[in-house]
Amino acid sequence: MRIPILKLHNYLLISIQTEIDDKTAIQFQEDLLAKIHKTGASGVVIDLTSVDIIDSFIAKVLGDVVSMSDLMGARVVLTGIQPAVAMTLIDLGIHLQNVPTALNLEQGLMKLHQELGG
Amino acid sequence: MDPRSCVNIQKEWDIVGARQLGREMAKEIGFGTVDQARIATAISELARNIYLYADHGQICFEYINTKSKKGILMTAVDVGPGIKDVSRVMQDGYTTSGGLGAGLPGVKRLMDDFDIESTVGEGTKIKAIKWVK
Repeated sequence: MRIPILKLHNYLLISIQTEIDDKTAIQFQEDLLAKIHKTGASGVVIDLTSVDIIDSFIAKVLGDVVSMSDLMGARVVLTGIQPAVAMTLIDLGIHLQNVPTALNLEQGLMKLHQELGG
Repeated sequence: MDPRSCVNIQKEWDIVGARQLGREMAKEIGFGTVDQARIATAISELARNIYLYADHGQICFEYINTKSKKGILMTAVDVGPGIKDVSRVMQDGYTTSGGLGAGLPGVKRLMDDFDIESTVGEGTKIKAIKWVK
């Protein structure tokens, strides 16, 4: 299973719609970095509106992909984290402190726009 | 749905299967979305521990009904290497996998009751209960 990555101007957009298992998560990490490299995208939005569980492993993969993209020079914003998922992550002790987030896709794109200067 | 169901944990995908079944059962008995997410996440952590450290094992879910409350009991059993120092793995931040160290203390926080028994060379049994509020 692969998560589709869409290109829109200088940005890459990802909406995770499926239940993510460990392999899919790792595959996604590789696919996203390869796509950033290939397209020269400067910003990435990963929308998690449809994701109803993030466990420690998936959180680690997401946190890592943000740092890895950052190293390459692309800014990532996670959007749409559900209330139940946010509560569960904090219970688990996962704070994802250095990960940029926004309420939804629209605000995520605005955030990138402001930071990257359009 | 059966009052008791089990999932064998052997492949990576079984982690997803276990949390889906647990979530379904939690929903059926009347847990809200936040507790469903807590239960599913706890299952995911326990199932991954089995997959990573014990190679295979089983997670069972059971409805429990007392006079005053109802809930779901999950039991995760493996015959893996066991844990030498249980009090140490129950400390926040302890990890052997290079993960985030959420592990068992995180699972304990997600659930209401938590109990672990482990014997080196024999395996580990974890019981955790969540009550419907």
